[in-house]
Amino acid sequence: MGASGINKSFRKISGSFSIKTNIMSSLDPRVNRLDLKKIADGEIQTNSHLITWEVFHQEKRGKQVEHCGIVHASTPEMALILAKEQYARRGKTTNLWVAKTSDVYTFGTEDEDIFETTPEKTFREPAFYKVRDRIEKFQNKNKVNV
Amino acid sequence: MYGSTNLTEEEAKRMNSTVEDPEKLEAFEARIARGEKIEPSDWMPTEYRKQLIRMIEQHAHSEIVGALPEGTWITRAPNFRRKLALIAKVQDEVGHGQLLYSAAETLGKTREQMMDDLLSGKSKYSNVFNYPAKTWADIAVIGFLVDGAAIVNQTINSKGSYGPYCRALERICYEESFHLKQGHDNVVYLATGTKHQRAILQDAVNRWYRPLLHFFGPPDTMSAHSEKLMKWKVKLASNDDMRNQFLDMYVPKILELDITFPDPNLKKNNDGIWEFSDPDWDEFKRVINGNGPCNAERLAVRKFAEEAGRWVRQALINPSEKYQVPLA
Repeated sequence: MGASGINKSFRKISGSFSIKTNIMSSLDPRVNRLDLKKIADGEIQTNSHLITWEVFHQEKRGKQVEHCGIVHASTPEMALILAKEQYARRGKTTNLWVAKTSDVYTFGTEDEDIFETTPEKTFREPAFYKVRDRIEKFQNKNKVNV
Repeated sequence: MYGSTNLTEEEAKRMNSTVEDPEKLEAFEARIARGEKIEPSDWMPTEYRKQLIRMIEQHAHSEIVGALPEGTWITRAPNFRRKLALIAKVQDEVGHGQLLYSAAETLGKTREQMMDDLLSGKSKYSNVFNYPAKTWADIAVIGFLVDGAAIVNQTINSKGSYGPYCRALERICYEESFHLKQGHDNVVYLATGTKHQRAILQDAVNRWYRPLLHFFGPPDTMSAHSEKLMKWKVKLASNDDMRNQFLDMYVPKILELDITFPDPNLKKNNDGIWEFSDPDWDEFKRVINGNGPCNAERLAVRKFAEEAGRWVRQALINPSEKYQVPLA
């Protein structure tokens, strides 16, 4: 396409989306069947929330069950169905668990410092225990030949 | 972009004047500087919380409203395989909306409040979904280029500082990569097909070109800038940088199919920066303010769903249960 052709099509698209403030006749036949004008003037009504559930996912047998997100549902059965749709659409899943958020107890992240000394306690790690030097020193001193 | 971090001047001013506890603020900023994530129960500046709610909520609405132009074509997909892929994609988009609403809820805004703000027009969603999907080729272009733009945006945002948003985005990006591939496949089939198929594809590219340039928001020179949002890793790249990254990745993939863009000035300069004609930022503003071709229809369809489905949700509510903010 030559430069003039491109210019022409660029001008053409400038007006190709008409701007309207009222509801357009939709391209979607299903939308046209709804009486949207009436609905669009309707009142917004705030509903109460369904229960919040924390969702846990186990990818494979033998793996840990890990937290993966939440759903809102009125019963545990509904929570499991929604959790399946939301968190098991891809990849592998062996099982899902749900638990009411209100039943989960946690430390606050502001208490994170209570875990601070955990990595410092190296005497609980196998690599902390090194005895080879001591054995060699003992052997040299006492002329131990094995 | 999906969740806009563009500030009005008033907001930018307020951000710079809000006084926070200096000790807590310092610890918060140090944590982000170390590359650590912020979790819901952490202390955070009021403006950080506010901007994140706005951004994540807009992103969630974009996923939900974004399912509408594509859902339109499920009943008219050209064959069974395309229909299956489109159904799966639309289900993913709605699922992404759910994940993002959950992430925004952890910051303290209830899902019902977000829904109400969408329906009343108080909350925005991505402008790109206020344009119609006229032909099947629009579905191909949306699947490839709109999702491509979304992936650029979301991949960058997934490196942000707020844990729940990052986790949602990682899951979303994984699924979006299927959307992109099936969109590309769809585009390539049309481009290598009959004369008519090529013509409807060219027409769709012509019509989506400007909304795609609008996608990442106004140019950096036009949008109020916030150093704080960058420092807090709420915003990670400027609008122009993201737009350039998008053009760099996707323009060649359209041109190689001998399909053109309706802009004689679209080219990459010697500095690697893409130049293009002014995509009419006034139109962008008009559409954001509710005067695009499909704004009214999109909201009317959502309102219909809210009203028609209300009795079901009411029947499910147990009045003795109290709303709980999600943990993570």
